[in-house]
Amino acid sequence: MNRRLVERLTEAAIATFLWSFRLVIVLVVVLGSFLTIVSGKYDLETWVRLAVTGASLGSVYALIALGYTMVYGILRMINFAHGEIFMGGAFAGYFTAVVLDDAGFLNYSPVTALISVAIMIVVAMAISTLLAVLVERLAYRPLRNTPRLVPLIAAIGASFFLQYTFRGFFGPGIYAYPGIDFLSQQAPIPLLTIRWVELLVIVAAVVMMTVLYLFVMRTRIGTAIRAVSEDKSTAALMGIDVNRSIVTTFAVGAAMAGAAGVLYALMFRQVTFFVGFIPGIKAFTAAVLGGIGNVPGAMLGGLFLGEIESIGPVLFLDGLGVPAPSQLKDVIAFTMLVLVLVFRPSGILGERVTKDRA
Amino acid sequence: MNVDQIVPLAGDDAPPTESIDWRDVIRVGLLGGAVGVYLCLVGIVPVFDTRPLVSGIISLGEAAIVAAIATTGAVAARNAHGTVRSALMTGAVAGLIAGIMLSLLIVASELVNLRGFMLNASPQLVALLTFGMGLAGAWVPIVAGLVLGAAAGAFWLVPVRYRSPIVRGFLSIVILGLFAGLLRAPLLAAGMGQLARLLFASEGLTIFGAVLTFGLVVGGRIVRQRFGFQGRLDALPDARRKQLLAPAVVLVLLIVLAMPLALGPFFAQVIALVALYVLMGLGLNITLGLAGLLDLGFVAFFAVGAYTVGLLTSTAEFGLMQLPFWAAVPFAVIFAMLFGAFLGLPILGIRGDYLAIATLGFGEIIGILARSNLMLPLLGGPRGVINIPKPIDVSATHFLAGPVQIYYIALVFAALIAFIAWRLRGSRLGRAWVAIREDEDVAEAVGINLIQTKLLAYMLGAAFAGLGGAVFAGLVGSIFPSSINLFVSINVAAIVIVGGMGSIPGVVLGALFLIGIPELFREFSDYRFLFYGIALIAMMRFRPEGLLPSGIVKRELHVPENVGPATAVTGDTTPG
Repeated sequence: MNRRLVERLTEAAIATFLWSFRLVIVLVVVLGSFLTIVSGKYDLETWVRLAVTGASLGSVYALIALGYTMVYGILRMINFAHGEIFMGGAFAGYFTAVVLDDAGFLNYSPVTALISVAIMIVVAMAISTLLAVLVERLAYRPLRNTPRLVPLIAAIGASFFLQYTFRGFFGPGIYAYPGIDFLSQQAPIPLLTIRWVELLVIVAAVVMMTVLYLFVMRTRIGTAIRAVSEDKSTAALMGIDVNRSIVTTFAVGAAMAGAAGVLYALMFRQVTFFVGFIPGIKAFTAAVLGGIGNVPGAMLGGLFLGEIESIGPVLFLDGLGVPAPSQLKDVIAFTMLVLVLVFRPSGILGERVTKDRA
Repeated sequence: MNVDQIVPLAGDDAPPTESIDWRDVIRVGLLGGAVGVYLCLVGIVPVFDTRPLVSGIISLGEAAIVAAIATTGAVAARNAHGTVRSALMTGAVAGLIAGIMLSLLIVASELVNLRGFMLNASPQLVALLTFGMGLAGAWVPIVAGLVLGAAAGAFWLVPVRYRSPIVRGFLSIVILGLFAGLLRAPLLAAGMGQLARLLFASEGLTIFGAVLTFGLVVGGRIVRQRFGFQGRLDALPDARRKQLLAPAVVLVLLIVLAMPLALGPFFAQVIALVALYVLMGLGLNITLGLAGLLDLGFVAFFAVGAYTVGLLTSTAEFGLMQLPFWAAVPFAVIFAMLFGAFLGLPILGIRGDYLAIATLGFGEIIGILARSNLMLPLLGGPRGVINIPKPIDVSATHFLAGPVQIYYIALVFAALIAFIAWRLRGSRLGRAWVAIREDEDVAEAVGINLIQTKLLAYMLGAAFAGLGGAVFAGLVGSIFPSSINLFVSINVAAIVIVGGMGSIPGVVLGALFLIGIPELFREFSDYRFLFYGIALIAMMRFRPEGLLPSGIVKRELHVPENVGPATAVTGDTTPG
């Protein structure tokens, strides 16, 4: 009797706590937004600028998130090293850019600049794919069908291994991407203040996501991947090469991450061995946000997260008198992660997996 | 298999059972070469070259590349069935391939502009690989690979009972060479300068020392095998064995207690840190090892503990109450525990791997907040909280001054936590944790309240993290946001995983390996997380239960080879 009572009370306390947690978040968001907008400190142009930044950042997150979501879909495993695959792409793009810059091709004209970016993206995709296939072969494949924490820990190990391999290869310094003059100019689009680089990032990301979506939905191997995600053993019985499907999933996800690495580096103009870590976690957040295992969901989640991260600090926190709110943008992103996991683990578009599909 | 189609000459006069799988040999050679090139380019060979193992003969960096090639040869010859010809040939070919790859590396870094972006394709590396001859010495690795590979292949010709002693002999040269500086100092201090100079150079062993070590270890192992001490010890009845082992335990205890005093202030600092991580590892061991919750945000509670002590005791700017250290410690523990409840309540319902990422997010949030302008008026932002008093206030000449006292304090706390963990493991709560770790659904079905039980584990882990933070604040005497980083969490998690989840001696061993060695050897510290990465992957691949596992975890995680995947699957293939 007494035990039952204690348990009841604890449950009530937990419920109360969770509700007050929701309440506080809603309060901060509503009150903060209201005060910020009322204060009139920011005009429409600023908001549009923030939204544009958010959209380009979000497209990068979406590209990375695709890899998380596809691998999770097929192996039920969080590929913790995916952020490092992204970093590898950024490095590959950097060295390609340097070569092209030395040849005088990069800044010769806007057309050569665009061709250069295309070359950089292709090289980055190739290197990232290579890295991912290696990691899959050496670290993950031997661990299929082990308890769930085992591959996750191996993935954390792979993440550190890749980071510090790159640190060993290229040193701890920051590499500044060669500037592409034309990309930092304004694009002539009415009503929007958008730089060419942001436009390029958004367009490139949209094109690649479309291609990926078609690949997954329309091609034979894409169908195979979906079948393996659905049920490995049945897929194998239908004559699908499960291993090949899994490797393809890793490769495709890594190619997207490699492209994202170049796009990210074009925006921020620098790359270090540690550059993949935070975007990696955020892209994972985006994947969860959209519903993990769900390809369109990852795209949506990425975009949403980019916007929240860009607009959120100013909109929610500035009105509340928080000093230097942009310092806290990562706090907002990670809080998002926790909120989604706690209150809607199925994400925006996904099915319910975090609790049930254990 | 389809072997002879590649190299037909193998079957000429050798009996068919001795045919060599050349495809395998070539693959091993290429793999070994890739490892060698990787070791060079990632910087392990050139950077570790600065530390001599055997003075004037071989450095640690050279030893790494030699070991890579020798391993290649030995692995390639593993199926050579002990015939002289096949063992030598397979080893030599694999070594040759690896050597060619290294020599291609030399050519690439001298002729092509590899140096333009690979930091370590330096003249120093080329000099090291060619004995200073540069491009003209590109043949050196090829010849060396051939010879070393053949020698390593010949290893299989040695009778089985001598193989393990030989490997151990080489290993002990490496280990003694590494610790030479450490062993030399006390010998010199004890007035045995002659002996010290005979065995140890200023860095590394002397040649005589190396030969002596090798001889003693190999001889010792062989004698031991011959007389079977281990078997005789195992054969003894329990009581008698305990009687024999008791003096050894007492001796180890004495050494542990005397270590910081005997080996000087630098070493004291290192082992104080090791002891601190043992403390925290034992804390996480409850969360991760017993309850199976992978908490990657350990640093959050560490931060709460450290900042609580800092704010309550500091006599400088941000200090609130100027309490003595010991009065602040209970607050640190309680706050960290409450904080654990606060963070744990919302997220403990979610499944294991998500929990890991969510807690990682918490750790990052706390770090960012500590750095931010928002918390600046309270926590001091990048200026940190300084002037935290020492736990034991003694004069600078007292033997407890400095890190030595932290070492003892951390040891006492670690022993306390170990005791608590040990008592808890057999209790109702501990068994509930183990049940949850093994299967949440079944545990819930037999009436375990998941959230409550997990919350208790999480809060206990948090409390000990807070204690760790408090001791850390006492050790450093200040707390800055730069100390609140992901690496604290990763260090602690890696200690528990590598040492052995749920195992108390495992945590101690893990802390010695993962904290002690990188702190002790400055040139290792750059590669610390590279080794962590390799260690974590290798651990999960070959020994997921850790170095010194507890019995239950071992049975749970170590799937025997002959058991099909069907029995090992944990819901992986069942959708929905």
